[in-house]
Amino acid sequence: MKKLLFALGFGTALLAQSCMALAAPSAANVIPVLTNYANIVHANYQDTLQSALRMQQAINAFLAQPSADTQQAAQKAWREAREFYGQTEAYRFYGGPIDGKDGPEGRLNAWPMDESYVDSVKGRTDAGLINNPAFVINMDNLIAQNERGGEENIATGWHAIEFLLWGQDFNANGPGDRSYTDFVDGKAPNADRRRDYLKVITDLLVADLNSLVKDWSPGRKFNYRAQFEKGGLDSLRMMFVGLGSLSRGELAGERLEVALNSQDQEDEHSCFSDNTDRDIVNNALGIENVWLGRYKRADGSVVQGASMKDLVTTENAELANKTTQQIATSVAAASAIHAPFDREIIGAKDAPGRQRIQATINSLTEQSKDLVSAANAVGITKLTLTQP
Amino acid sequence: MKLIFPAVLALTLISGNSLAAPASDQPGEKPGGQTTVYANGRNAFSFPAANLTDEERTRFAIGNSFFRRNWVEAPSSTKARDGLGPHFIARSCGGCHVQDGRGAPPDVTKGEQPVGLLLRLSVPGTGDHGGVVPEPVYGDQFDNFAIQQVHPEGKAIVSYDDIKGRFDDGTPYTLLQPSYGFSDLGYGPMAKDVMVSPRIAPQLIGVGLLEAIPEAEILTNAKQQKALAGSIKGIPNQVWDAPSQKMMLGRYGWKANVATIAHQTAGAFNGDIGITSSVFPNEACTSTQKDCLNAPKGHHDGATDIDDKTFGDVVFYQATLAPPARRGAGDKVVLRGQKLFEQAQCAVCHRPNYVTTGSPNPGLSSQALNGQTIWPYTDLLLHDMGDGLADGRPDFAANGKQWKTPPLWGVGLINDVNSHHRLLHDGRARGVMEAILWHGGEATESRQHVLKMNPSEREALVKFVESL
Repeated sequence: MKKLLFALGFGTALLAQSCMALAAPSAANVIPVLTNYANIVHANYQDTLQSALRMQQAINAFLAQPSADTQQAAQKAWREAREFYGQTEAYRFYGGPIDGKDGPEGRLNAWPMDESYVDSVKGRTDAGLINNPAFVINMDNLIAQNERGGEENIATGWHAIEFLLWGQDFNANGPGDRSYTDFVDGKAPNADRRRDYLKVITDLLVADLNSLVKDWSPGRKFNYRAQFEKGGLDSLRMMFVGLGSLSRGELAGERLEVALNSQDQEDEHSCFSDNTDRDIVNNALGIENVWLGRYKRADGSVVQGASMKDLVTTENAELANKTTQQIATSVAAASAIHAPFDREIIGAKDAPGRQRIQATINSLTEQSKDLVSAANAVGITKLTLTQP
Repeated sequence: MKLIFPAVLALTLISGNSLAAPASDQPGEKPGGQTTVYANGRNAFSFPAANLTDEERTRFAIGNSFFRRNWVEAPSSTKARDGLGPHFIARSCGGCHVQDGRGAPPDVTKGEQPVGLLLRLSVPGTGDHGGVVPEPVYGDQFDNFAIQQVHPEGKAIVSYDDIKGRFDDGTPYTLLQPSYGFSDLGYGPMAKDVMVSPRIAPQLIGVGLLEAIPEAEILTNAKQQKALAGSIKGIPNQVWDAPSQKMMLGRYGWKANVATIAHQTAGAFNGDIGITSSVFPNEACTSTQKDCLNAPKGHHDGATDIDDKTFGDVVFYQATLAPPARRGAGDKVVLRGQKLFEQAQCAVCHRPNYVTTGSPNPGLSSQALNGQTIWPYTDLLLHDMGDGLADGRPDFAANGKQWKTPPLWGVGLINDVNSHHRLLHDGRARGVMEAILWHGGEATESRQHVLKMNPSEREALVKFVESL
């Protein structure tokens, strides 16, 4: 018996080795996948930047003449820009431009946010940097204050803008309803400082998006993209790490399971605007974009080319199909979650809203495993989601 | 049927063999064994052990949310997280362990107050269970913030003097010698004989694996060092573990003054954020701090600020934070640095590897951490590090010159995660080489060895440490 087993073990080792040798795709096959990925990332950040510039215009118009109408226009522009940013989160978690050393992720999209760090909250009208006249509102100071003394001490980014546009959400069936008069001199304390604050953090967000577009721009010799496209299998590995980490740890874990556990709206991603349902769909969609190697741009055109899926199909068509289907299931499950998310999480285990969220979690968890198998199929084992 | 049983048996044997196999003598690139994650950048310290189950990943995510979310003053509308203070240093665990990483000393040029740097206080003598005697008015640590209507304990003053020196080849270096003091004291002067020990918040990767190192291995480190010629003679700390109500071997804290992650977490919740738990059910106010004692409570009907389940999730979260893979483990310069590290006797205290068995609190950890060959580079023992580093404040068995050998894993990624590279117990060292140059006492010969190195050797040594 012993003999037989040893022989068997040996055979398996050989088999594994030959699989590995077969599995590693050639550089000729990997390079177009990396290039197409870089095209998608660049286009997605460009669309985000363009929509953020429109938001900046709308916010400037609101600050010049605060009214219910100009406020609503600014809110609408924020929501539109978030559609594109949400998809870019598939490019996180591997130390790329967004969250490598000194990457801007923490000041762009950090959450959850302690709103009293920025402005007055119910019961504490003097709270926050806005109501502290000793604090000078400018870009450098706000960058320094962001995440200072706590990861929730968020001074800048999408969610700080969101808080200033909507205010705290005390409505069961809708978002926060901050009055535009908070920005009108004489109607609310420190209205001038609030205007300055919103302007500075909007400008900062645009500047950070601009730098991300540059990092991913084609035809430059020394930017991140140039290095990424030369990275071969290691770049492909990073693409898998990004998709797997967003699927399991961030989206299923931090954004869905945590909220289900606490049933607390403080744990929803866009808690002031009630836009969380869209955040979830766009994250899921961002993963699908990368996997399929195609991205639908703001103008309706499509960036498309060689994909991770193609590489995996060559090695294991069945696995590639299963992964494609599972990712599509996640997008569908995410799309089925109702707004507002802060009502969807409430109730017993069998509450329909909670079941819709749980179904999304389950599908994302399954897809994270498929992605690990898919990575293994093309010879990549150095991941964060599975034992190395 | 006949075939299946022997096959299963043989498989078990094979996996049993692989667990019992002696640890390789080369560190490779997986410091956490099968828990290792391949991660870098801002999130490098924030991933769960690679081999966790789905259920454990969910628990990790929930624990993480309570680790990084701010606690708020009671009374508030957020019942899940109220109870901040009365005194505190930070509003969340992540306030000091930013991105699960390492705290930095305050920027004294901007007049900042410390957040990730804690100042421990005590007066001479031996307290409960052989521990410290807290400063009578301020307690065993200095809290520079407070909720409304309560006095903060005051402000910490940190200042630095330059110390200049030269390597044997004439290359100059400058170290920062810190001094600590207090101003704006909220409850009058401190005792004249107060002793102050500054402690920086360390990166948390791999703390669960350290808990799973067999105690016998750490005691063996001490025995082996005792038998060696030379000055290196580490001793274990023996400390009071409040959750289990017994004396245990110390593993955490800069003086190995804490035995378990559970105790460390409950202590930090209580002392640093003002959150009560079943381990420490009373707010950390001393009897003379009346406003602190009378402040509104976050909890009601005798409950504590944090419940046992949530507390357990936060402990589990930290226990399962994974060490990231090494970068450049096979690099020639790194390998040269590894040799130099051994030649300078660094590895005597910074012991490279262990095989883990299990946590003393299996309900607050994961079986995925057991049976792993890990490379933390520490003996978890106390060593006399000389007058330059001495805090002069004993802590259980540790005297005023002794510090625990800190693990070195992740040192090279601190700059990625936290945008600084301040090292040692109070963050005085700006990078690995300055940290080495501070080594004195038992490590004097090692420092002298490094002083003799030429620039390329020094570079290789640092590169090796930063690869860990």
